[in-house]
Parts: sequence; C-alpha cells; structure tokens
Amino acid sequence: MDFTIILQAGIASGTVLLFATIGELFSERAGVLNLGVEGMMLVGAMSAFSTTIATGNPWLGVMTAMLFAGIISQIHAYIVITLQADQVVSGLSLTFLGTGISLVLGEGLSKAGTVSLLPNFSIPLLAQIPILGKIFFTDQSILVYVGYLLVPLAWFYINRTRPGLHLRAVGEYPSAADALGINVFRMRYFYVFVGGMLAGLAGATISLAVSPGWFSELTTGGQGWIAIGLVIFAQWDPIRAAVGAYAFGALRRLILDIQGPLLLLGFDNPFYYNPYLGFFLQMLPYLFTVVVLVIGSREAMRKRIGAPAALGNPYIRGERGK
Amino acid sequence: MTNQTSSTSEIPLIVEMRGIVKRFPGVLANDHVNFELKRGEIHGLLGENGAGKSTLMNILAGLYRQEAGTILVNGKPKVFSSPRDAIKAGIGMVHQHFMLVPSQTVTENILLGLDDPRFIMRLPEYDSKIAELGERFGLKVDPRAKIWQLSVGEQQRVEILKMLYRGVNVLIMDEPTAVLAPQEIEGLFETLRAMIAQGKSVIFISHKLQEVSAIADRVSVLRKGVATASGVASKGVSRQELARLMVGRDVIFALDKKPGKPGDVVLDVRDIYADNDKGLPALRGLSLNVHAGEIVGVAGVAGNGQSELSQVISGMRQCKQGQVILAGDEVSNHSTLFGIQHGMAYVPEDRTHVGSAPNLSITDNVIMKKYRKPPILKNGLLDMKAATKLANELKQAYDIIVPNVSTPVRLLSGGNLQRVILAREISGLPSFMVAVQPTRGLDVGAIEGVHRLLLAQREAGAAVLLVSEELEELLSLSDRVYVIYEGKIMGEVMVKGEGHDEALVDTIGQMMTGTPLDQIQNEGVAANG
Repeated sequence: MDFTIILQAGIASGTVLLFATIGELFSERAGVLNLGVEGMMLVGAMSAFSTTIATGNPWLGVMTAMLFAGIISQIHAYIVITLQADQVVSGLSLTFLGTGISLVLGEGLSKAGTVSLLPNFSIPLLAQIPILGKIFFTDQSILVYVGYLLVPLAWFYINRTRPGLHLRAVGEYPSAADALGINVFRMRYFYVFVGGMLAGLAGATISLAVSPGWFSELTTGGQGWIAIGLVIFAQWDPIRAAVGAYAFGALRRLILDIQGPLLLLGFDNPFYYNPYLGFFLQMLPYLFTVVVLVIGSREAMRKRIGAPAALGNPYIRGERGK
Repeated sequence: MTNQTSSTSEIPLIVEMRGIVKRFPGVLANDHVNFELKRGEIHGLLGENGAGKSTLMNILAGLYRQEAGTILVNGKPKVFSSPRDAIKAGIGMVHQHFMLVPSQTVTENILLGLDDPRFIMRLPEYDSKIAELGERFGLKVDPRAKIWQLSVGEQQRVEILKMLYRGVNVLIMDEPTAVLAPQEIEGLFETLRAMIAQGKSVIFISHKLQEVSAIADRVSVLRKGVATASGVASKGVSRQELARLMVGRDVIFALDKKPGKPGDVVLDVRDIYADNDKGLPALRGLSLNVHAGEIVGVAGVAGNGQSELSQVISGMRQCKQGQVILAGDEVSNHSTLFGIQHGMAYVPEDRTHVGSAPNLSITDNVIMKKYRKPPILKNGLLDMKAATKLANELKQAYDIIVPNVSTPVRLLSGGNLQRVILAREISGLPSFMVAVQPTRGLDVGAIEGVHRLLLAQREAGAAVLLVSEELEELLSLSDRVYVIYEGKIMGEVMVKGEGHDEALVDTIGQMMTGTPLDQIQNEGVAANG
C-alpha cells in the first residue's frame, strides 16, 4: 500500500465533506441548524450528473447542483425562520424530501453511461514538493483546489469582515443585532441558502469528480451526517473544519483500501480475510458522528465548546433580553 | 407670555413629547404624558415598576410606536419606526438588559450594524478611535476585550460608548444603577456629568429617589401611566414629596423588624468550589453559615457567583469540593428532594422557569412539594379536591389576587406569582429558606409584602439566606451580610439598627468591588493611626 496515494485520494474525498461542512457551518453560525445536508447533497449529486449527461458540460452541472440544493434549502429556511418551527424536525424532513426527489428524478440515471468530468491537473512547482506536493497538488480535481481556496476565504469572511461580524452577531444574539438595524430574518435566509449551495457543490463533487456516477442514495452514503458532526467537532471554525474533513476523507479511503491487499505490513491482512472487520471499520466514521452529535446536543457542553448561542432558536421579534 | 418663555436666557428644548398615549393588552401604559428635555441637563424620570417610564422612553428611542401624541426633536416633529431612526435623530437608549454579543470584542460590538468599515474590519484602527472616545467621557474600557470577560459595570460603559460612537446627543439610561456597586455608581455619575459638560443631554430613569435627587437637574414623575410631576427642579422638592408623587400615598421607609434571637447553626456552607454553565470556576472556596431565626444577606454585583451559590445549596448544581450541611446532614451533591426533606425552601431567581411551571394552574404549582404526602396523596393518587382546598386556603392567606386557582400561573403578575411561590415554600414550614432576588421587578406594594413574609419566617425561627442586588433591601432585612466577589466571600458585616449607615455602605461597596474586609480594616487603622 502506498500511503501517499491513499492520502491523495483522501484529500479528494475529503473535499466533499469540506464543502458540506463549511456550508453547514455558515448556516449554523447564523443560528440555523440544518439537518438536511444529506438530502441537499443527494439533490446536488443527482442534478449535477443528469445536467452533465444532458448538456455535456460539467460546469453547467455544478451550477445546477448548487442552485437546486440552494432552492430546496429555502423550504427549511421558510419553515424554521418564518414559521418558527422546530429546526431538528424540519431538517430531518428536508433530508427525506431531498432523498426522495433525487431518487425519483435520478431513476435510470445510473445506466445513463459516462459523462465528461471536471478537469484534473497538477499545480506546477507546488507539485514538486516532496510527499506533500504529491498528496495535495498532483492530479487533483479543480474542485479540490477550489476547496483549498474556500477555507481561508471562509475564515477571513467570518472573522475579519463586516458581513462576517453581522453573521456572528445574528447567531449569537439576534435581538442585539436587530436593535442595531441588522435584518436577522434576511441574514438567516441568506446563510441557509449559502449552506444549501455548498451542500449541492459537495454532491456535485461526488458525482462529477471523486466517484463519478449516480448510485442512488449510496452516492452520498451518509456523508451529510458526518459533515454535521464535523461542524461540532470543528467548534464552528472553518480551519478546524478543513482539518477534520481531510482527516475523515483520508480515513474513508484508508478503510476502503485496507481491505484490498492479502498482506498487511508483512502479516496476513485480517481485514481481507474477515469481511466483518471491514464492516466494523466502515461503521467508525458514523459512530464518531453519533458520539459528536450526542455530546454537541448537551446544553452545558455546547456552551463550553462555543456553539453559536442562538443556534436552534427561532428569532421572535419583540422578545427582548435573553 | 409666549415672548417671556422663549426669551434668550431660556435653554432650548431638545426633546418634547406631547400627549403620548400607549396601551398594552389590559394596561394603559402612558396616558397623555408630556415630557420635556432641555439641552445640557440630566433629567430624572421617576416612577415605580410598571408606572410606564420605560414605555415612554422606549417610544422616544423608536422601539415602540405611540398610539397618540407627537415627538419633537429640536422643534421638528419626528416619527420613529425603529431605534435606528431615533439614533439618526440623535437619541439613543441604554437598556436595563444589555444588548451585547458576549463572544465579540468591545470594538466589534460598537461597530455592529454600522456602514463603516465597509468590508474588511481594520480593528486596530477602530480600537484606538474607541479608546479615545472613552477617554473623552471617562469611560475606561479595553476595546479589545471580549464582552464576556467584562464586569457588568464595564459592559454598561460599552453600551454608552455604542451610543456616543453613533453621535447621539440625548442618552436615555434605563435603571442604570441597578447592576452597579456603589463606587461604580459614582463613576457613572461622573461620566454623565462629563457628557452634559460637552453639550449632551441625559434622561435618567430610576425608581430610586436618592439617586435621582443626587444626579438630576430636573425631575419628572410618572404614576400608573400619568405624569404627576413634569420637569420640576430637583433642588426645590423634598424626597418625601417625590415619594408621594410616585406612590400616591406616604411611604413608610422603615420596616417593623424586631431584635433577632439567633439560635443554632442551620445551614453551614463549607469551602465550596463549583463551576458555572460554561465550565469556568464560579465559586472558589466559599464558606458561610446561617443560624435559626436570622436573615443573612449575600450582597454583591450580579454575576459574582450568587446564582451558582443558591443552586449548589438547593441541590440544582454539583459542587466540586466542599460541603453544604443542612440541619446536620450533607445535602450538597444530593437530589433536590433530599434537601426538601431536610426542610429546605427555595425561592429562585427565575420565577417563571425555575420557580413555577408557567402553564400549570396555581393548584398544581402549590402542591409541587406536597403531593408525596397526605392529604394530597390519597390511596396512591392525587386528591385534587384536597389540592384545590389547599390552594384556596393559600390564596386567602397569601393574598393572591386571582378569580380562580385553576388559572395558569403564566397569566399572573410578578407580585402574584411570587406570592404563589412563597406560599408553596413557606407552607411547607421550612427550617431553612434561600431566596434569590425575591423582589426584583415587583412594585412597592408587592415588595413590602415579600419583606413581611421573610421577616415572619425569621420570627418563626427559620434560617433565611437572602441573595439580593438591592443593598437597601439587604440592610433593612438582614442581621448579617456577607459580600461575595468572584465566587469568594470578601467579608461579613453585622447590621445594627435601622436606617442608612454611610460607613457600612462604603465598606460593603469596597468589598463588592473586590477588596477583602481585613484589608479595608487595616487601611482604616493605618489612616487613623
């Protein structure tokens, strides 16, 4: 096993998690928990793939994915922001809705054949760096490079710009923001839309770059849930989110690749001979997600790890203080 | 006539409110109120809780819309549809509950919602601007500090700076002293004076007479939504007169407190350590005790561990070290039921969420500590007839004013709700009671009632721990007062007799800002010697 190749592939598969995680992070920073990530990713993956098949243009596929996922995120936005319903319930139903829509519209897509994919290329000079150059900058999809750019931009936007300041205020203390003339409702709609678009991009990254094709709900395989866990793990910080996303991407690849060879470090590979061990390994990322979600749902723990104070609470005008 | 009043010597009016009417469901909050503010004055706005002072000023600050009446700023009529409009017209308000984002810095909070900087936050540049502004008005605060790191007094300065940075000329302060230690109040007064010296005007909302007479140039008084005095010079009016204008009758300032006969130690808190919700230390080695038949006060600025202390005692919060001993048994880190079985009564700070179940009836709320035993428990079931009978008895005895005990308690006024809670707690014949801010937000009549009930507990031989931010309340009720600062007891003072003891208040004030008692006494000795 060549670990640099596994890591190289891990970065690509981590890019999927990265987009979804950063998207959810924006939404949560504005105070809206969106558990519909998985559904929005499926919608993105399906619409990216089918648009590309129909038009032959993968860029059109990416744009359709972002737009479509963004639009269905607004259903959640309307339910929780305007109607002030429970964010958990609405988010879960968005996942079901997104899964359903993509399965219906994607029916037959898996036999539709191959599509022209997004380009892969290496970055001159940077690719020459020993080991790191091979892992990060050699023969990666253009979306991987977009991911590299997104992380510092997201960090800078949130922490160093005026709209970022407003975003943080809306998630922490919406009535204070409202009192100073910031439109809390509009901001929340907007960032839920951003979250939806990035989830759509994550879906497109799967179907047009990382593991091309449409394999119904197995296309995403629960990565949307991992992204939600990663937001908590990252303590709502884009840089930590990137570290987590790439680490999980690499882990995913490792778990797949470790079951291949007959020998592992000179011994009989237990994961090859006992498929149940393989299943156990594949379960681990989801186990992690469950644990993180359980921890993150405790009020005291949320305060301690710095969750946006108003996360999950509808903003109702006129209820001052608190 | 007209010529005389608008002569050149007259200071121009900056704000004029005429015939303001505002209704809330069931209440006429402002009934044709007139209010005038002159340039460069501090105008005291007096009234009891619920008299309509905050409503009137929320209208001026653009938060509420009046149903009738006009507002003139510099002689021109204005309509405010949001606080932003009011700020544009130069009027800003500092609310009782601060509107600051805890995780952000002082500068970030001040810049929130402004168009400048346009995109990238060049914070260092603005930090120094804000530091300069603070210096000009004597508002010392580190612009780079995060809000959660600041004391309440400092947070108030940030709120004032927020308004000054927006260039307001009229600053409305809603009960600004409620959260401050006596020394901090003096600092606030200096700031307000610096502001009027630089041509600004201040409206000072308060229900505390002595403060208004100390700081205000002129005073207006509201009672039940009606202005009973409008812009009288504060020097020309006595406190008694103001009190009568506020309350509508003569107020008895002193309570009937009999000399205490303290008995054995009932509650013994030994060296406890506990964390707050964020996991940061809130109590650091705190000890105190309460004897039977005495009221012991805990004074301190809000947020110094008072809430955590009462929660540890009542069993609602774990302590990491130390013990709470009630009637000889350790009750800390046990269930709340264990404490209740040892005679504990708890009147929590948060009446509507901890003290009562808002959607349940008065009956349900008063039997919450009694349903395990007869007469409420009958054959393993609740006897609702007995419960209703009990609730009706308590309604009579505690003067709870509702037509029906099946009313959900969320519909009760603050005073009535507090009487329901006290009725439940006291009727269990507790040997110990911890009461946290029992009179906050109540009107004068209700406060008097709560005070009487607490004193009656003392006379009945119960031990009472009273946690309050109202120094005057502590001094008039307590036999002893502990002062808490950052989770530690700074010292303990005996309260002798009644009335206002300046030296005692000064000592307590110094402890409230972090000077231990022994240090104060040493300095006193040094100064005398």
